[in-house]
Amino acid sequence: MAVQPAKKQRFNALALFRNALSYHQNWEQQWRSPAPLDAYDVIIVGGGGHGLATAYYLAKEHGITNIAVLEKGWIGGGNTGRNTTIVRSNYLWDESAAMYEHAMKLWEGLTQELNYNVMFSQRGVLNLAHNMTDVRDTQRRVNANRLNGIDSIYLDAKGVKKVVPGIDLRGGGRYPVLGASYQPRGGTARHDAVAWGYARKCDEMGVHIIQNCKVTGFDIEGGVVKGVQTTKGRIGAKKVGLVPAGHSSVLASMAGFRLPVESHPLQALVSEPIKPTIHNVVMSNAVHAYISQSDKGELVIGAGVDQYISYGQRGSQHLAEETLVAICELFPQYKRMKMLRQWGGIVDVCPDASPILTSTPVGNMYLNCGWGTGGFKATPGSGHAFAAHIAKGEPTALTAPFALSRFETGFLIDEHGAAAVAH
Amino acid sequence: MLLIRCPYCEQERPEVEFSFAHQAHKPRPEEAGEPLDDHAWARWVYYQKNIKGVAHERWNHAGGCRKFFNVVRDTVTSEIIATYRSGETPPVEESRVEGEALSFDYEQAEG
Repeated sequence: MAVQPAKKQRFNALALFRNALSYHQNWEQQWRSPAPLDAYDVIIVGGGGHGLATAYYLAKEHGITNIAVLEKGWIGGGNTGRNTTIVRSNYLWDESAAMYEHAMKLWEGLTQELNYNVMFSQRGVLNLAHNMTDVRDTQRRVNANRLNGIDSIYLDAKGVKKVVPGIDLRGGGRYPVLGASYQPRGGTARHDAVAWGYARKCDEMGVHIIQNCKVTGFDIEGGVVKGVQTTKGRIGAKKVGLVPAGHSSVLASMAGFRLPVESHPLQALVSEPIKPTIHNVVMSNAVHAYISQSDKGELVIGAGVDQYISYGQRGSQHLAEETLVAICELFPQYKRMKMLRQWGGIVDVCPDASPILTSTPVGNMYLNCGWGTGGFKATPGSGHAFAAHIAKGEPTALTAPFALSRFETGFLIDEHGAAAVAH
Repeated sequence: MLLIRCPYCEQERPEVEFSFAHQAHKPRPEEAGEPLDDHAWARWVYYQKNIKGVAHERWNHAGGCRKFFNVVRDTVTSEIIATYRSGETPPVEESRVEGEALSFDYEQAEG
């Protein structure tokens, strides 16, 4: 049985009108749920944004459509559906700037490309500086960004107030705002829609999306991967791409190697919905707080990571509390608001806060993990670069610096400054 | 917030007094009788077991006695199974992790 492509209806105003006549009961299925075949050219393990994007670009750019995406839960149910949806590319080092700016350029055309509204809103992202060290670091990063062609601007305190009128520059005395980096092209996107949009396009091109299919082991013969053991049986594969987000160590352990990552809980919370009050994304790395407002009106707030390793998808209360304290100092008008929901996800953090995109000690097995606290913004770029890596079987200019070998050669890409906790 | 019993202070104290200090019982390459090359060093400095299940961890009572000690903790439920002093034998086995930080020919694998 071959993998069958299936042309999808186009989403447009006419389709909306036509479906309104039947009370929106007849919209076609976004993607099918086929039973797995015996073997595929490429198996992608992990059906989050990065995994689906990898499958999509493999099909679109490299003509490989005999692909299965295996997801242990449901599409977009992991970190893709748990992040705070922030997109920016103002990273310090050339290697990360290249990767995240590559993603940013893809974000800018993603809605049209996927024919799926990912609600990409370039509302501008600010990273606040609270002391002179922050100011100097921020200016250095802004200058590095500009050399890499990224639209980064340094704002002084007055400039911040102009862009974010609601902010209290005194920060309650505890977190005075001295300046900020500002990336006008940064913003937010609807995280679920990104996964759904990629899944729908993948299905259209004949990629099999297999949900509720957990990988339990790998068939490795002579140091080369030949297939994947799953809860739905054995599936053969010529190449395997691992895109596991919070369980990379667990998958690597099944394949017989270890990784320099640690899994930590990262949490976020949203408030009750209110009228529009904040029109951009305000992040403060120093106080582990970042805030934006969703189109529903909820304030979306990201908190810090727990210090210890955990695979339980929940964060500690005291971290959320510290974040809210800082938010209330910076935005006193939010002091009496109620928080509606809080949740956590597991982020795999590398020692240098940069991801791993690499070939592995196992032949024909490739790994994309370790995005830490900020993988969402890279989704299209990560998928695009990783697809090229898998198709060619060797690193590309974009992925080569992120190889596992950097931990032995010492060419680390230290992004704790730009990445930190606030993404 | 976790409540952690410091084996030196012999008191249960809130987590904010402690710093997580990563994997316990991790011998330096020369202690493990390995040649001290880039691979061995990278493995000691950067590679982690990152166990899903029962793990041996080092913690520092930074806001108290400032001593390092070990904790046996379940990384899924965060239940603290035991704490013990540095140098003591772990009272509970940790979950098994397959594999090693394999050395492979990076030049060949990565062009």
